[in-house]
Amino acid sequence: MRRLFPATLLVSAGAIGYELLLMRALSIVQWHHFAYMIISLALLGYGASGTFIALFKPQLEARFEAAFSTGALLFSITMVLCFALGQRVPFNALEMVWNSRQFAYLSLLYLLYFVPFFFAACCIGLAFTCRRRDISRIYFFDLLGAGLGAVLVIGLLFVLIPQNALLMLMTLPLIASLLMGIPSTARNPLMLAQVVWLALLIGGIPQNQLGLRVSEYKGLSQALQVVDSRVLSVASSPLGLITVVESPTVPVRYAPGLSFATRHIPPQQLAVFTDADSISAITRFHGDFESLAYLGDISAALPYTLLDGPDVLVLGAGGGADVLLALYHGANSVDAVELNPQMTELVRDTYAAFAGYVYDDPRVRVHTREARGFVAQSNATYDLIHIGLLDSFGASGAGVQSLNESYIYTVEAIRNYLGNTAPGGLLAITRWLKLPPRDSLKLVATTVDALELMGVSDPGKQLALIRSWNTSTLLVKNGAFTAEDISSIREFARARSFDTAWFPGIQAVDTNRFNRLDMPYLYEGTTALLGERAADYIERYKFYIAPATDDRPYYFHFFKWATLPEVIALRKQGGAGLIEWGYLVLIATLLQAIIAGLVLILVPLARISRNWPARTGLHMGAYFLLLGFAFLFIEMAFIQKFILFLSHPLYSVAVVLSGFLIFAGLGSAWSEHLARKCEARKLSPVVIAAGGIALLALLYLFLLPFIFQRFIGNSDPVRIIMSMALIAPLAFAMGLPFPLGLKHAAETAPDFIPWAWGINGYASVMSAVLATLLAIEFGFTFVILLALLVYAIAAALFTMLPARRESTAAV
Amino acid sequence: MRVLAAILLFVSVLALADDGNYTAARAAMVEELWLYAKFVDDADEARISKAVMASMNTVKRHELVPRSERRYAYENRPLPIGYGQTISQPYIVALMTQLIDVDADDVVLEVGTGSGYQAAILAELVGHVYSIEIIPALAIRAKQDLERLGYKNIITKLGDGYYGWEEHAPFDAIIVTAAASHVPPPLIDQLKPGGRMVIPVGERFMTQTLLLLEKTEKGEVISRQHGAVRFVPLTGEH
Repeated sequence: MRRLFPATLLVSAGAIGYELLLMRALSIVQWHHFAYMIISLALLGYGASGTFIALFKPQLEARFEAAFSTGALLFSITMVLCFALGQRVPFNALEMVWNSRQFAYLSLLYLLYFVPFFFAACCIGLAFTCRRRDISRIYFFDLLGAGLGAVLVIGLLFVLIPQNALLMLMTLPLIASLLMGIPSTARNPLMLAQVVWLALLIGGIPQNQLGLRVSEYKGLSQALQVVDSRVLSVASSPLGLITVVESPTVPVRYAPGLSFATRHIPPQQLAVFTDADSISAITRFHGDFESLAYLGDISAALPYTLLDGPDVLVLGAGGGADVLLALYHGANSVDAVELNPQMTELVRDTYAAFAGYVYDDPRVRVHTREARGFVAQSNATYDLIHIGLLDSFGASGAGVQSLNESYIYTVEAIRNYLGNTAPGGLLAITRWLKLPPRDSLKLVATTVDALELMGVSDPGKQLALIRSWNTSTLLVKNGAFTAEDISSIREFARARSFDTAWFPGIQAVDTNRFNRLDMPYLYEGTTALLGERAADYIERYKFYIAPATDDRPYYFHFFKWATLPEVIALRKQGGAGLIEWGYLVLIATLLQAIIAGLVLILVPLARISRNWPARTGLHMGAYFLLLGFAFLFIEMAFIQKFILFLSHPLYSVAVVLSGFLIFAGLGSAWSEHLARKCEARKLSPVVIAAGGIALLALLYLFLLPFIFQRFIGNSDPVRIIMSMALIAPLAFAMGLPFPLGLKHAAETAPDFIPWAWGINGYASVMSAVLATLLAIEFGFTFVILLALLVYAIAAALFTMLPARRESTAAV
Repeated sequence: MRVLAAILLFVSVLALADDGNYTAARAAMVEELWLYAKFVDDADEARISKAVMASMNTVKRHELVPRSERRYAYENRPLPIGYGQTISQPYIVALMTQLIDVDADDVVLEVGTGSGYQAAILAELVGHVYSIEIIPALAIRAKQDLERLGYKNIITKLGDGYYGWEEHAPFDAIIVTAAASHVPPPLIDQLKPGGRMVIPVGERFMTQTLLLLEKTEKGEVISRQHGAVRFVPLTGEH
């Protein structure tokens, strides 16, 4: 028995580690939302394991150690095998609109990644089923393992590339297999299999097959097809895989929004790809600003025409292009904020000579921080806050980012930025121009909302918007634009053949002159959004352009159902680019999860005999289903809520996820104690747990904004410890209902335990997808409130379950 | 010997039948495109000229796509051609060709040969097509395919399209087959006054708009950006 707890911990750590690792690897080889889709479905392995155990319970129970050990070994093997095979499936997400074969490939990917999770879940589910007396302790080790696994894999990814991190991770279930194999009756064959697998690993056979095969349609693959191009360096971290490419024969020339009228060409550049896409460039610079003359002719240069020697804050410094832009225009000082330390290192150290030691310039200070967190903590004011292009046009174009939360472009963000802008200073945001406009107009709507909330009576007087053929640059002034400003904006645009889309006093004749669109979309849109009928315009617009907020931070979500039939019908006439894919993928994922779950769980459930008291199946089934939903709803919403406080999405995932799992594990370990106390006082422990959860969650909804505001200036370790302390009581309470339910099942209907495990796993899969969908539509606060309602219903259901004594007698 | 002759006869009959199938499929595709061209413009005048349509009906697209994609060659959709590249959707090819409005003695530059299909369509309509490709394997394959199909007025080379093809400049029209972060200034220089340049904008497999640059007789550049389809972004407006 002693071996079971560490073995459970290891398998559980391996499973969550594998999930996060796959997410990372699939984000590199495919695109983020397909990674999300594939993994959601693969997690159905949890649900299926419950079905499997229920079907073969007598056989498995008789050989528990051997079954656990075999499951763990197979988990270890398939982690590697399925990863390698998955790389060989020629799935092309971009072709799905045209080619039905792609759906078959996608299904094959589901199937492949499903297998390892199935084996992992079999081990844990078996432990619950066969060692019923220790349920709360097993659940504790399961959650502790998951919490540690999340931290471990994030740590590993800082030092290893994903495929090497996988080789470390697969040793966890292998050790679990060895541990559980020792007392097993099938020790010899098991040992043989373990030894063979170890020998293969030591021989390096699987390692050679694990290389990431990036989609040939991603930017990195395309760049490497070019004659004589080569990879100079690769750096990996949980924040992304950064690849630097040099192309001597056909040089990289990255200058979005460059004027048609310019005579200047960018100097030699190195292309920097994040996760094999999202290009950023490091530009060769030898202190000769003449070589950077092209920077005067891009739309993002507009704010500098209004400022003299400004103090600049660059948010999202990337390869340093916007820092060069500021220096080229004579900035007095530049604070450059970049999220990824490895990106900063490239410009400051690895390619410092190439980049002209630009980060060593006395005027430049580099900060490795998340942009919003930096602004929130900074007391400095700037003449210009500059947000350049942070994503690639390709990603922007295909709706690939629609599921990504972004706290850069929300109403609250704009207010924060303007709060750090000096009187008369500017906020400048450049975006890719999609046609018909989506993000550019959503940004205008978001900014107008922010200004109105700040008490600005006529926001239009503080806005200016210009566009090139592929970019738009929005200026927001802290104060009204003067006649002189407007004249400078007009001259800047005219000289570079850029079109003005808005400035105070603009007329229709001032728009759509150089790069003519079918309609002056941006001018008409901005005029409408500044008018009294803005809400009506947003409603009638065929893409979703209502402002993004911190509670609904989906700036890249443009999908509207009503538009779908029209754009689908237009796809063969060249309208495929109008389809917003990301959201559809999310819906498809949810539907697939529901259908696959029914096939894997409910259909088999109906086929086997139900050896438990009346009402148990329905009530208990619903109870575990609801717990699966509620736990993840709260967990996912809190990960989002803590992103701004912890200044980093990764810190938030690591701290909140592991915090929730570990403290929920402790709650689980304490659950028996609570059950005993409640039994003595004839109280329902689940009602008490749900009450605690509701109380804490509601308290946090009100208090967290104040706590965050008060303590955001503290150092990273202090904020991490504070976050853990805040999460601890809530997570502790959330760890109670599941083992209490299992314990009840163990005493009244032991045959139901595998079902409880399977149904809970199934709900967890759906809830992850559903939480995102609900947050997109209604916001994270709604997700939390809904979770509390779900907990309340679960608690009520628990009280309706057959009482122990009588039902034990019935069994 | 007789057996060999019989086999050869059988194979050639099969090949002819195959070619016949492709011809019919191509005609059906052109008919579909014609429908869209008329439908989209919603007017008496079609959006794509008969000359361009005739060219679409002549060029053997199935000879220019990878063998595995041949059966889809005459479906109105983009196809992968390997190396992360695609052969554009026929309707987009037709629109792009139409937009540069070429004459029979024009000299056209293509940046991005790819499969060679766009070059072949142009070759049916103009005097000379110069085409540059940056991916070595594609450059070789397209050159061989176009030679095999007998196109004498297409000259291809492997190289950097950013600087155009100085020795054959200026051009009456330029087609860039994939948009980059900016329009290369040297290409604008190599466009004749009155010339046109077209660039599809968007993700591979999903073209968003077509960017058309026109150089006036005075050398000024005016650009227009069209959606490939008629799409009004506000409900209740037509």
